[in-house]
Amino acid sequence: MKYLDEYRNPAKVKSLLREIESIVTRNWVIMEICGGQTHAFLHHGLDAMLPPQIELVHGPGCPVCVTPLEQIDKAIAIASHPDVIFTSYGDMLRVPGSSKDLFAVRAAGGDVRVVYSPLETIHIAEVNPDKQVVFFAIGFETTAPANAMAVLQAKNKNIKNFSVLVSHVRVPPAMEAMLSSKLNRVQAFLAAGHVCAVMGFHEYPPIAEKYHVPIVVTGFEPIDLLNGLLAAIKQLEAGEAVAENQYQRAVKFEGNESAQRVIRSVFESVDRKWRGIGVVSQSGWGLNPAFAEFDAEKRCDVENIFTQESPLCIAGEILQGLKKPLQCVAFGKQCTQQTPLGAPMVSAEGACAAYYKYHRDVVYG
Amino acid sequence: MAEFDFEGYTCPVPIRPTDTVTLGHGSGGTLSRDLLNRLFLPELGKAAPRALDDSAVILMDGQRYAITTDSHVVSPLFFPGGDIGRLAICGTVNDLAMIGATPIALTCGFVLEEGLPFELLQCVVVSMKEAAHEAGIYIAAGDTKVVQKGSADKLFINTSGIGKIADGINISGANAKDDDVILVSGTIGDHGIAVLSARENFGFETKLESDVAPLNHLVQAMIQAGEIHVLRDPTRGGLATSLVEIAEQSNVTIEIDEQTLPVKPAVKAACEMLGFDPLYVANEGKLVAFVKEYDADKVLDVMKKTKYGEDAAIIGKVIGIGKSQVRMRTSIGGTRLVDMLPGEMLPRIC
Repeated sequence: MKYLDEYRNPAKVKSLLREIESIVTRNWVIMEICGGQTHAFLHHGLDAMLPPQIELVHGPGCPVCVTPLEQIDKAIAIASHPDVIFTSYGDMLRVPGSSKDLFAVRAAGGDVRVVYSPLETIHIAEVNPDKQVVFFAIGFETTAPANAMAVLQAKNKNIKNFSVLVSHVRVPPAMEAMLSSKLNRVQAFLAAGHVCAVMGFHEYPPIAEKYHVPIVVTGFEPIDLLNGLLAAIKQLEAGEAVAENQYQRAVKFEGNESAQRVIRSVFESVDRKWRGIGVVSQSGWGLNPAFAEFDAEKRCDVENIFTQESPLCIAGEILQGLKKPLQCVAFGKQCTQQTPLGAPMVSAEGACAAYYKYHRDVVYG
Repeated sequence: MAEFDFEGYTCPVPIRPTDTVTLGHGSGGTLSRDLLNRLFLPELGKAAPRALDDSAVILMDGQRYAITTDSHVVSPLFFPGGDIGRLAICGTVNDLAMIGATPIALTCGFVLEEGLPFELLQCVVVSMKEAAHEAGIYIAAGDTKVVQKGSADKLFINTSGIGKIADGINISGANAKDDDVILVSGTIGDHGIAVLSARENFGFETKLESDVAPLNHLVQAMIQAGEIHVLRDPTRGGLATSLVEIAEQSNVTIEIDEQTLPVKPAVKAACEMLGFDPLYVANEGKLVAFVKEYDADKVLDVMKKTKYGEDAAIIGKVIGIGKSQVRMRTSIGGTRLVDMLPGEMLPRIC
């Protein structure tokens, strides 16, 4: 298939691996930000083909994983209401709240629907005028434009029974939070290509300079990932630290400006709690005052729900790259894909789920 | 003594998905297996040692018969390449064929929702007649129930079937042997993606058709051509789930080669877009076979000459016994585990 097969070419993979091997002189810790990249590494078995000096740590770039528990509990409270149709991207249904997940809400009679685009929710609201239709607007900069567009359309069409439970997060503040931590081990980043397709990468040069860390905008196919790694390792070996773009077929420096305009018109920067990391200043988006009427938290009176994590789950350390899934005592035992303790095991993009799916044999021998 | 404070305390014990049935229990993957092992088999399965095969075997007067049942629920009822009627016939015919039986007769039970148009029901029944004719099987008995509007989604069909197993045939998920060669009868994932694309809330269109088909003639041709140890039709849960089941039943290690998996470009593209893996997408007219190594090429040749085996391919082999595992050589030369579908298949966020 065009645009895919050429980026999965085995001969090219081999030659890039050889090139990486030939320039590596010491150990490096590199974080791929996005859960999609983590899965691609493991799905293709690429992680095991890298030279031993390269340690990959898996970043917090999985929207399902970092959505805080209390937002899940709020979603469950809203979705359980008999007058509500609750819509969500599919992965969110399996994330455990403190007592159950959205699947259980659906099984108990709640109207919980998977949508592929937030705009579908607008249609659902139009054809169900007697119901409150609530969309779970989560994700990074990637989903933000479409989610914002749904709110804009609702306003333009004067749809009164539509609202959003917002839990948007942004990548650059999380990177800075990690880099500022005393425990930080990350020496270079593969930045998330999809996020940069929307936002560009003009936010990265100041971070690269301030923390002296190479940041390479990277795609999701094996060749993309290897090109990203190669660029990062070249910088590390040369003692350089700049932001560069290895995903030029999708990413421009300034990004997608019309998408950014849509985001800015609906959302404003807010402090946001990350599951396992805590509150990161100005790291998310919330509805700006002009769109406050679409805030499901206010409409459904769930603003005062506060909850805590399972003490066994080390999602926080996983999401910050401090520990690997295989270092967790609950991994593959109390915590499996059928009985996830934390979000990284739930999401298709979560690091624990990737290890469980592709590398469980390491634990079981 | 200080009082224990339960405020904000969350129990570290994992949450069992629910104490009620969820859609994931019907996905054909791990949750379905859990339901079977925890509830059905302990109560009802004592006399069903082959409950994990597609059909059970019963012995009567020295003759072995295969018996099976399958309920069919699909939305929409009509999808590109088929409908619930064809599905109901082929599903049961194929379950009989997967242990090498020659199907004899079928029964069918209809659950109809009040308000269902006769015209629609007529179309479904005609389609059943045609599929039964193609399979060379007759429908011997039937039953109809009507439920109140809202108590069922238009139309559910259950079919049960009986077939005869010829002497010398011994096909079961538990019979995989070391060095067996693994074949699939054609492209994987066609049915699941065709049905998905027919759903109204999906923003993409394809010309893809479901592969729903009766495989009994293909199976008979294969049995004539070589020694078949295992057959399975990878329906819900897809090829991956079938392979993991077989690896467990036979206690063998399987290695498949990603590059040899036949996948239509349209299926591949839809899967890339939605974050699905074709290995987990349902098929309704495909089988996976474990064949004695010596006979594999001959069986493959015969398959390729049949209507439903044109795109058959060798995809892997059994590489060891004593450890149940499915591994895949990826297209770029890496290796990884292949697991069952855990629950409901969920599209990813971005």
